[in-house]
Amino acid sequence: MRELRFEDVTVRYGTRRHGTVAVDRLNLTIPAGQVVGLVGESGSGKSTLARAAVGLTPVTDGRILLDGEPVLHGWQSRRESLPSAHRARRPMQMVFQDPYSSLDPRMTVGASIAEAMPRGLSRPERRAEVARLLELVELAPERAEVYPAELSGGQRQRVALARALAGQPEVIIADEITSALDVSIQGTVLNLVRDLQRRMRLTMLFISHNLAVVRYVSDHIAVMHHGRLVESAPADEVLTNPQDPYTRELLEAAGQGPYQTRRSR
Amino acid sequence: MRWRGVLRTPIGGSAAALLAAVLLLAILAPILWSDRADAIDTSQILQGASSAHWAGTDSLGRDVFFRILVATRLSVALALGATGIGVATGLLLGTAPLALGRRVGRLVTAAVNIAVAFPGLLLALFFAVIFGVGSTGGLFAIGFAIAPAFARLTQTLVAKIAGQDFISAARIAGVSRPRLLVRHVLPNIGEPLIINATIGAGNALLAFAGLSFLGLGVQPPGYDWGRLLGTGLGSIYVHPEAALYSGVAVIVAGLAFNLFGEAAAKSLGHRTARTKAAPPSPRKDSTVDASSDAVLTVEDLWVTFNGVSPVRGVSFGLRRSEAVGVVGESGSGKSLTALAITRLIELPGHVSAGRLSFLGTSLLDEAPDRLLGTSMSVVFQDPMTSLNPTMRVGGQLAEVARTHQGLPRRGAWERAVDRLSAVKIPFPGRRARQFPHELSGGMRQRAMIGMGLMGTPALIVADEPTTALDVTVQRQVLRLLDSVRADEGLALLLISHDISVIRQVCDRVLVMYAGRIVEDLPADGLSLARHPYTRALLGAVPSLETDRSLPLTVIPGRPADPSALPPGCAFAPRCPLADARCRQDDPPLESTEDGQRVACWHADIAVGVGHA
Repeated sequence: MRELRFEDVTVRYGTRRHGTVAVDRLNLTIPAGQVVGLVGESGSGKSTLARAAVGLTPVTDGRILLDGEPVLHGWQSRRESLPSAHRARRPMQMVFQDPYSSLDPRMTVGASIAEAMPRGLSRPERRAEVARLLELVELAPERAEVYPAELSGGQRQRVALARALAGQPEVIIADEITSALDVSIQGTVLNLVRDLQRRMRLTMLFISHNLAVVRYVSDHIAVMHHGRLVESAPADEVLTNPQDPYTRELLEAAGQGPYQTRRSR
Repeated sequence: MRWRGVLRTPIGGSAAALLAAVLLLAILAPILWSDRADAIDTSQILQGASSAHWAGTDSLGRDVFFRILVATRLSVALALGATGIGVATGLLLGTAPLALGRRVGRLVTAAVNIAVAFPGLLLALFFAVIFGVGSTGGLFAIGFAIAPAFARLTQTLVAKIAGQDFISAARIAGVSRPRLLVRHVLPNIGEPLIINATIGAGNALLAFAGLSFLGLGVQPPGYDWGRLLGTGLGSIYVHPEAALYSGVAVIVAGLAFNLFGEAAAKSLGHRTARTKAAPPSPRKDSTVDASSDAVLTVEDLWVTFNGVSPVRGVSFGLRRSEAVGVVGESGSGKSLTALAITRLIELPGHVSAGRLSFLGTSLLDEAPDRLLGTSMSVVFQDPMTSLNPTMRVGGQLAEVARTHQGLPRRGAWERAVDRLSAVKIPFPGRRARQFPHELSGGMRQRAMIGMGLMGTPALIVADEPTTALDVTVQRQVLRLLDSVRADEGLALLLISHDISVIRQVCDRVLVMYAGRIVEDLPADGLSLARHPYTRALLGAVPSLETDRSLPLTVIPGRPADPSALPPGCAFAPRCPLADARCRQDDPPLESTEDGQRVACWHADIAVGVGHA
């Protein structure tokens, strides 16, 4: 349970003169144990922000802080001389959009999950932990022996969740985790994410282009547009009293109620 | 294993047998026949072929045939050795960008790119001079000569894998770079590398024979095929067998490597098609009667691929200026239904229907190219791939008018600009002169719709037209489709996995599951849906009104697999209402008194299940 804070974060691709600014001086705080939903259209910089948070994309300017300390990523923390307790855990984990490319097709589900675990566990310990994690995401422990090709999209996304949890993270970044899934599967994954977050008191940045999905999962909602944060407030406030014109546009687009039709509009 | 499939193809099998024979010979020949190959017999110098010496003798009276057999080991070993050096160097250089980081990697990549530009044989000759004449020199020369091509191949393959999310996930998990390479990257690029190495070994064999032939490779008293060919060539006019047989040996061994590699590449590249027979059982679904303003009538439509039928007896009708939506999950057959109507299903797919008529013409027996361009138009999901990136947008639209309406160039262009303004593209004249990549996703989709309006269509089939677009743009495109439909009096068939998209535009919704229509109801009557699947589908999608304190409605299990359907209702394994009858008999799609259709044995009691 830790607080994740983005301070004046800027991510620029390319050179100073010919580059594009994907994230522009963004400030956002994700309070400990809460879910912040991040909405915005494709190209608005949401995924870049997520990748920067876990260290996949270098930050051009600004800082990303975990409980006030700069974040150290997996391979950095191993290189630098840190106490081993720090090295063991991976405080931030990410779940990706496409469950078909986020699991190594040549590795069993169990091996993929075990790889993300802190070092220094014995073989039986790892096996027990894999079984526990699989049960946590509502998959049979026997699935550890299976290759991803034998699983459906929804099942793969559960494995990806289990792998993220294997690092014993305190912050999880979920980047469009349901948008590649079928409608009937999406619900189960959303329920699972919500349930796990509440049970484990995880701090979570939940990214989606779908406002209704974000609203269902999040306590706070942040809206990104062209690399800038245009709105950030408690969920109900954003929905009932949006300040930014772009947020209003998004709300209008998503506003088709479940039974609202052309005729009744 | 998939490699076993390689052996089952005729070419793969014989190439493997040939390769095995060559390798076996390489191992056994020197053990069995070394003495006979080295026996000097001064009484038999430079003899032609005879029953004692099948390929004649050389200048020391040694038997050439046995020398060729014995030379197999050295020739093959040198070829394999050179390939090994080439592959190892190539792997090192090719994976350098990933292993060393971006900056050093870029330097290595540039060096490899320059090396690739040199012809292989030239490099080999260059290295042969540097390393000195002899087999070791030749080995390194050819090894380093084939390395750049391998490095390039590895780079490309690694770049493809490195972009995948599982690599990112492993990096977040703190997996070190060497481990990342060994555990994640190499296993995923192994197959194409092995295939290319096999083909490379064949080429190395030929190259080595060439070097030795030129006197730069193996030196006497050692001998390989190239050397034997070289010495045999001196007396080719007197008795050609010596040169000929060495040449044949080179060709056979080279072919064995190359053919095996090619065969492996071919059969590993293709996945074997599933063949499972699902007997098409005729079924009578109630249909919407074809009235006079019917634009499209579909009766008992089947689409079959290799015995599997992803569309099983779909029937519906579409009237003028009516908008009908087809909703379903992936694999429900909704897109195939659209493709079957537009006659875009290609072999091995097969379309059959009791009736498939468009504006009174049957689409089943006549070539519908004319209809497709003029009276029926199609809008696909991805506007970037459905527009030609090298042609100006206006030109692509004009092409339709020139082919189908025979308009002159000028007139066709004017029509294109006019249509672009009809789909509300600002500055249509300027936009028409731009290329697709200069337009945004929404603009491109508008241009695609505009292209559909170049003729005078009576029907627009739109297959997931807004799925690739952002929510705000999505709404504009949907509104455009709706206004085009209303203005021009068209019928619209809208396919989408998103029921909220369908709801915004359509009058009627067809819900598909496992290749069948399970419910047909008005869009404003969705709250009164009777099929449990429709109701669950509505409940599974969160909306802005969903109660956040409750879990979402869940449909247990996974979407039906068209190649393994249960005997009864396809939805029964996931349905909370399923009973013995559901698991036995597939319910027919029956009309109810209010003109709707539903295929469920429990349509009367389904209310209250799922989203209430």
